[in-house]
Amino acid sequence: MAKTEGGGERPFQVLGKPLRRVDAIGKVTGETRFADDLAMPGMLHMKLVRSTVPHARIRGVDVTKALACEGVRAVLTGELFPIPFGILPVSQDEHALCPDKVRFVGDPVAAVVATEELIAEEATRLVEVSYEPLATIGSPEEALRVAEPRIQDHGDGGNIHKMVALDFGDVPAALAGADLVVEDCFFYQGNTHLPLEQHATLAYMGTDGRLTIASSTQTPHYLHRAAAKVLGIPASRIRIIAPPQGGGFGGKTDPFNHEIVAAKAALLTGRPVKIALTREEVFYCHRGRHPVLMRMRTGVTRDGRIVGHSVESLLDGGAYGSYGVASTFYTGALETVTYQMARYQFRGCRTFTNKPPCGPKRGHGTPQPRFGLEVQIDKICERLGKDPAQWRIDNAVPADSLTANWLKIRTIGLVPCVEAVVEASGWKSRFRKLGRGRGLGIAASSYLCGAGLPIYWNEMPHTGVQLLLDRSGGVTAFCGASEVGQGSDNVLAVCVAEVLGIDILDVKVVTGDTSLGPVDLGSYSSRVTLMMGNAAVEAAQRARDRLAEAAAARLDIAVERVGFGGGRVFDVGDPDRGMAFADAVQLAEAAGGTVGTVGSYRPPRAPGRFKGAGVGPSPSYSYSAAVVEVEVDEATGAVRVVKVWIAHDIGRALNPVLVRGQMEGSVYMGLGEALMEEQAFRRLPPRLSRALVHQTPSMLEYKSLASRDMPEIESILIERPEPNGPFGAKEVGQGPLLPIPPAVANAVYDAVRVRVDEVPITPDKVLAALRATSRRFGPDTFPAVPWPEPLIVPPPWEGGDGNATNEPRRRDRSERRTDGRDGRDPRDPPPRSPRAEEIVKP
Amino acid sequence: MMRLPRFRYLAPTEVAEAAAALADLGPEAMVLAGGTDLFPNMKRRQQTPGTVIGLRGIAALHARSIEPSGDPSGSARGLTLGALTRLSVIEHDRAIADAWPALAVAASLVATPPLRNMGTIGGNLCLDTRCSYYDQSHEWRASIGYCMKKEGEVCWVAPGSRRCWAVSSSDTAPVLCALGAEVTLASAAGERRIPASELFADDGIAHLTRRPDEILTAVHVPAPAAGERSAYVKLRRRGSFDFPVLGVAVRARLGTGGVIESARIFVGGTGSRPLEARAAAEQLTGRVLDDDTIRETAGLIAHIAKPMQNTDFTLSWRKSVAAAYAARALRALIPGGAASPVPEVS
Repeated sequence: MAKTEGGGERPFQVLGKPLRRVDAIGKVTGETRFADDLAMPGMLHMKLVRSTVPHARIRGVDVTKALACEGVRAVLTGELFPIPFGILPVSQDEHALCPDKVRFVGDPVAAVVATEELIAEEATRLVEVSYEPLATIGSPEEALRVAEPRIQDHGDGGNIHKMVALDFGDVPAALAGADLVVEDCFFYQGNTHLPLEQHATLAYMGTDGRLTIASSTQTPHYLHRAAAKVLGIPASRIRIIAPPQGGGFGGKTDPFNHEIVAAKAALLTGRPVKIALTREEVFYCHRGRHPVLMRMRTGVTRDGRIVGHSVESLLDGGAYGSYGVASTFYTGALETVTYQMARYQFRGCRTFTNKPPCGPKRGHGTPQPRFGLEVQIDKICERLGKDPAQWRIDNAVPADSLTANWLKIRTIGLVPCVEAVVEASGWKSRFRKLGRGRGLGIAASSYLCGAGLPIYWNEMPHTGVQLLLDRSGGVTAFCGASEVGQGSDNVLAVCVAEVLGIDILDVKVVTGDTSLGPVDLGSYSSRVTLMMGNAAVEAAQRARDRLAEAAAARLDIAVERVGFGGGRVFDVGDPDRGMAFADAVQLAEAAGGTVGTVGSYRPPRAPGRFKGAGVGPSPSYSYSAAVVEVEVDEATGAVRVVKVWIAHDIGRALNPVLVRGQMEGSVYMGLGEALMEEQAFRRLPPRLSRALVHQTPSMLEYKSLASRDMPEIESILIERPEPNGPFGAKEVGQGPLLPIPPAVANAVYDAVRVRVDEVPITPDKVLAALRATSRRFGPDTFPAVPWPEPLIVPPPWEGGDGNATNEPRRRDRSERRTDGRDGRDPRDPPPRSPRAEEIVKP
Repeated sequence: MMRLPRFRYLAPTEVAEAAAALADLGPEAMVLAGGTDLFPNMKRRQQTPGTVIGLRGIAALHARSIEPSGDPSGSARGLTLGALTRLSVIEHDRAIADAWPALAVAASLVATPPLRNMGTIGGNLCLDTRCSYYDQSHEWRASIGYCMKKEGEVCWVAPGSRRCWAVSSSDTAPVLCALGAEVTLASAAGERRIPASELFADDGIAHLTRRPDEILTAVHVPAPAAGERSAYVKLRRRGSFDFPVLGVAVRARLGTGGVIESARIFVGGTGSRPLEARAAAEQLTGRVLDDDTIRETAGLIAHIAKPMQNTDFTLSWRKSVAAAYAARALRALIPGGAASPVPEVS
């Protein structure tokens, strides 16, 4: 029995135990079939012809030579796909194959389908595309300067995709009255997910008239909607299967062109069609971390209280919308949920550039401002002579409170997380005392446990679980959730097994299939454990009620006295009196028919009512804190991470081994971003070439840590049950990444007293800072952005009610009439004006 | 996935048979000695031989021996490695590590364990030169209009240049040059044996003096003289795997009192061939490895390392830290000093 806080003993049977995950053996023996393992008789192979120019109109596509190749069965081009799609209703700006224009090197123009992959590949080189080149936009600064040619014909004008301006109280006035105001510019370089599994799709038309698309997707439901829309087939005739995946991290949360083209090719050829992307193509799918330039101003009192905080962010969005509107909001939304701040001001701007689209990567939009905030706090503490660990404890947001931007905080484990890493790392005796070349840095953070709203507006649950209890005592749990490697299948099994008192191996999970399970919105926004877990608990409790009723009748006891455990159903007053679980199922089946139950979950309503309040709310927030120890070589600027201490507020660990796995994985990814990862692009000399290409689209040259490069990690779980979580559980998939990059930066400062105000913190930047009189490396300026009139939303303590004072009062969603159907027909045109509430994050 | 193009595969069992095939087929054939370089290049269509002549079936090429070197005393022994000796064998051979530590270290720093189990010494010496504009897929290279080394006209590293600046990225090449090793080249016309340093030419395209009809069959490393020490220091992004962006190989004979009697220094990863740091070696001769000597010599080594912006890291940083890494190689020569430093960046 694990101890919970307060020393009480947990009454759980499978929960909290370090049990082997239900899919472990399949993974290690190779039995698990990933999308690329799928094959069918008569299957054709597909390769995409991708643009070799960064921005151009397509004059023509000549497929004659490719089509003439022996073994080539079809060549598809853009006119087959007149209907656009995109993950957000507000930016339906992608075509499965570009019909008239390409926007980055890698944009798909045509597809070749052949009997062998090599034939298809070689035939792609025979497809002749003639382009009329357009000027390129290579950076957000350039996008702000150059309005024409536009990369997209939607957005906030020119090459600006989205601008947001929100004022939660009068921040300039607060800064004017502050004892100390610190202003910094920060830059967070873009980076990519780098899942080991490259995207793959197999599509086929069944004899039952149903199109099946099996694909490595974190969001089968959203792919389902996009495929129905683009292909013009009723969604009821499409089945999406999301096989287990070798990692997603947000890189498989958009519907992708290759998935839809493979489906179309299967329809056209009448044969199963498979596409397996190369690593380079995965770099072109991207949707990874936005490069973000930031300017932050923070005003504090002499004793360190934040009176006002301002964030301006400029995002390099790449060529398409993707989740970009949400990403833009997220560079500001979670700035308030860790430390008390009286007033807060946010300006966010996303631009289009001729690069693969950016989107959601682990932490979606929040690691960038988190880096800035945590480094700036370090600087403020240095100026005020305060210990940065103690400052974080002293200024933590209280539980059950509202933030300046109207987010509802329930449980908060920030303080115990900070205390845990301080204790474990020997912070108090070692910070600022390790001597030249060695240093400690601290940072803390928070993340969502599921976005409060779905991608498209609807009033239905975000997830559902269906249980089937059969006479053998076996339980099958059906859910649309996508197992991307994070362990969601295990969460489902554990929640059901715990409620029913049975072994997790007696729970068969069936997930990631739109035809077999109720909808789950997908593995994004750290939502699955909390939402699917709650749905599973609800379904299991309903099953338990049916079994309890039948067992109570047989045992002739009150139903409240029926207990479940150890695979038995028994009288809690006399545990020897009872029956096997299977017998209880049979009694229930005899009494009331087949035993099947359902559960579902919809997050609570958020208090913010202003336009934009839809991004940020969550049923709960997880918290993390990290201390990083580094060694810095002053001769070369090389940084070596010696050790990482990470504490995470997990609420309750459903399986501590899986929690630690996610924590270590987050630390790994955070260190890669902190030290070396860069999704960087190269322009050739303009007088010689128009090229604008990804510099390193390969696993070898896109530098990321390998296992041998990892330092020791000490992971500490903070368990304080969250009432909104299943058994008190919170997320762990994304949150523990967030404190790592700023903790590394702060540790570098402790080691050699230089500030590198951007990531990655590469040796050349450290060396440049060591040689600079400013002892700093980082951006100095933030460009002029034509910000719109801000929405004025008074914070709760300034008399606000959650509405903006300068926009029409918005009606409560729950007052709106709905027809009870899925919000909109997927083939309707997208709504004319974006509704920020509809935008949620992965 | 990336697919290999179609090719014909020959599996000779004798060097003569391989050499005859090579003479017969001409430049459309290439030899395979491990495949960790050639096959990825073929997938990217950088090299597209119609015929691949696999050497693994030739038993003689797997042989390795430590033989009397011809030293008058008859006691010292030299090393002969068949070209197909795997890098992991060299890395783990105790006798090699004792006599030629720089070679064992260099072999151990190539790529990853699975690749060292495939990669061979002959293959590593004949590694294609590398460049960030060249080691890319066919489609990527199409999107820059290709480059001089393959299908294009311009060297994008130095667009005004008439030569290719692709980089010699072998770890063992500078070490074998510093050790004064020789290689045997066999063709249908016969064999020749040349110093390893003469195997390389200063051109990113024609980077080997090996004729297209020749097969590198063996590497010969002279026995270490009394007091001889060697070291290799590799600069790369990650300690787990990466090609060198600077490799410093040093061999020196230390006499009484640690006075250096002779030295030979080669730098890899910065030019199209391993570059000899002659002035630095002369500077060392007659001196002891004190801080001043190390600093001055490291400066001379760094002076000949003239990187271009076509590998990992920024050019200016590579230039500014070359001396620091060269100094580490020199320090490793000090008796009792670290024999196999691995100064990775991360």
